[in-house]
Amino acid sequence: MIRGSLLRTVRLGVRSLLLHKLRSALTTLGVLFGVSSVIAMLAIGEGASEEAQEAIRRLGSQNVILRSVKPSDNQVTDQTTRVLTYGLTHDDFARVAETFPGVVRAIPIRELPDEVRFGSRALRPRVLATVPSYLDVTGRVLHEGRFLEEIDDREVANVCVLGYEVARHLFPFQTPVGEKVRIGSDYFTVIGTLLPRVRLGSDRPDPGEDVTGEVFIPLKTGRRWFGDMILRIRSGSRDMEEVQLHEIVAEVDLAENVPFVAAACRTMLDREHTERDYEVVVPLELLLRAQETKRIFNIVLGSIAGISLLVGGIGIMNVMLATVTERTREIGIRRALGAKRRHIVTQFLVETVVLSIGGGLLGILLGMAIPAGIERWADMRTIVTPTAPLLAFGISAGVGVVFGLYPAWRAAVMDPVEALRHE
Amino acid sequence: MSGRGQGRPVAELEDVSRVYRLGENVVKALDGFSFRFEEGEYWAVMGSSGSGKSTLLNLLGCLDRPTSGSYRVRGEESSAMDDDALSDLRSREIGFVFQSYNLIPQLDVLENIMVPLFYQDVPPADGPERALRLAERVGLGDRLGHRPLELSGGQQQRVAIARALINDPALVLADEATGNLDSATAVEILNLFDELHGEGKTILLVTHEPAVGERAENVLRLADGRIAEVSRAREVGA
Ligand SMILES: Nc1ncnc2c1ncn2[C@@H]1O[C@H](COP(=O)(O)OP(=O)(O)OP(=O)(O)O)[C@@H](O)[C@H]1O
Ligand SMILES: [Mg+2]
Repeated sequence: MIRGSLLRTVRLGVRSLLLHKLRSALTTLGVLFGVSSVIAMLAIGEGASEEAQEAIRRLGSQNVILRSVKPSDNQVTDQTTRVLTYGLTHDDFARVAETFPGVVRAIPIRELPDEVRFGSRALRPRVLATVPSYLDVTGRVLHEGRFLEEIDDREVANVCVLGYEVARHLFPFQTPVGEKVRIGSDYFTVIGTLLPRVRLGSDRPDPGEDVTGEVFIPLKTGRRWFGDMILRIRSGSRDMEEVQLHEIVAEVDLAENVPFVAAACRTMLDREHTERDYEVVVPLELLLRAQETKRIFNIVLGSIAGISLLVGGIGIMNVMLATVTERTREIGIRRALGAKRRHIVTQFLVETVVLSIGGGLLGILLGMAIPAGIERWADMRTIVTPTAPLLAFGISAGVGVVFGLYPAWRAAVMDPVEALRHE
Repeated sequence: MSGRGQGRPVAELEDVSRVYRLGENVVKALDGFSFRFEEGEYWAVMGSSGSGKSTLLNLLGCLDRPTSGSYRVRGEESSAMDDDALSDLRSREIGFVFQSYNLIPQLDVLENIMVPLFYQDVPPADGPERALRLAERVGLGDRLGHRPLELSGGQQQRVAIARALINDPALVLADEATGNLDSATAVEILNLFDELHGEGKTILLVTHEPAVGERAENVLRLADGRIAEVSRAREVGA
């Protein structure tokens, strides 16, 4: 019986609202936009944070990464040719790999600034000279063929493994495995390709290249063909750089030990290097920072959501107060016909909740359409968690109740005789 | 008071006053009013403007409580009731017919007739059939799905009368029920009241118009919140 009468109240409430379609529609807009912006922003934030966290996890949350950084001072020379020596050394690598407790293994990486070509297609990816365990330590996944192996290093073989983007670009119509590509002035046989990895903010895409990618060659091969000297020709001046290693990735046995290893690396590098020509990247720290950022983002989002729903709720309340005044006579009639105060409260509360839930439902639809559109046209990852629409629905119903109570109460406490006299 | 006492009392007022205070001003809309309406009677309540007719009707209809004195509907004392109990009493025992029809615009004819049942604690199971019968009874059996704005004034007032009867009330109260209607339509409505009277309903009709007053069985005339004249037009055996 109770349920039947509530159902009827809802039906009649909807009908009353439909008497003023435009007004009702406009009234729902506040909640509609509030809810949709909350859902959309949550989805975007969730997607971005998930992407960042995933990228960091791919760097290896149990890894500590040391990188060579070109020092920014002693720039001012008018020599046209000079040699700049900086960065991580083989000695650094040996210390990290062999003497640091907690380090399971470490891998050295050199980066060569060479063009990679196949036929008429050319690219300027990061050419990385490294060791076989690179794959395990960085968690990259093989796509085709095989990765570098010990024997390649021992034999100083001219072999290479292509990153996904490079393989796609150089070999759009065929498998690259077994083909020969030219790196610099030498030919390398492709022995495998990797699956793509998510781009990271800290990756430095080479300017002027629309495809960044990686090509891997054995460490010794790299040293043999390219030496420790790297020649960069840049707008008239010829810079010679001597960098022994561009990156060292150290894998730590336990996540708890990551901060200690990171600290040890920093201390060691600080002691061994006269200038700051290195950086220490700790994905775990980045991960924690990303989570903190996300937390702050959520707080900001929550405040915006709260404010917009408050505004929406006040809008609804405003309209309902006007409605109550406008329908004073109807209230008087219903009271004369036996309606108790709670019947009047229920009637107006139901109308307010129908309005706000209506706005909420439309807001959920819009809020889910926006991330879908962004994913499609802006190529950004978005994630609509199942809790977001449920939460939004609950909140919009709550807004209806909270902001409907006052107008409903105003309607209920009217004196029936006066209400009947109202014109 | 009624000298007859042959019927069962439906509404009994004993020394009822209703005082309005507006700042310094005190208006005694009803002043020491005592009267007894009995079952099956048909009364016209008359009197000049401001004499307290509407105030009396609101009290009788339990829309309002007396400032002092006692009022009983079918033996239930209203002056001590809270708002919920008064509402409940209205929904069971009172049927209102207003001057301006007062139908609910977003509801159709059948729904308007059933509104009083929505508010009963235990609505009768045969509500819709009852509403249908009443709609036919007032000659609107073919307009059930129409909204009030699609009906003429006379038709709206017929719906209002059907609505006033749906809960089988002890008292049907009509305040200037023909005031907005042309004379021909007013006569139709008054005929309907006559029929209801014939069926044994207790009816109170507030009116200005002597012609309307003449149609009623009895006339109660008010002046300044007091009874000025009681005329029983058709005394038993007269
Ligand atoms: N809410 C109120 N506040 C103050 N005074 C009121 C109120 N309602 C009625 N009165 C006063 O009570 C007296 C009786 O009013 P009532 O409405 O009962 O008259 P009435 O006989 O119905 O008149 P009419 O024929 O014009 O409808 C009047 O003097 C009126 O001014
Ligand atoms: Mg009056």
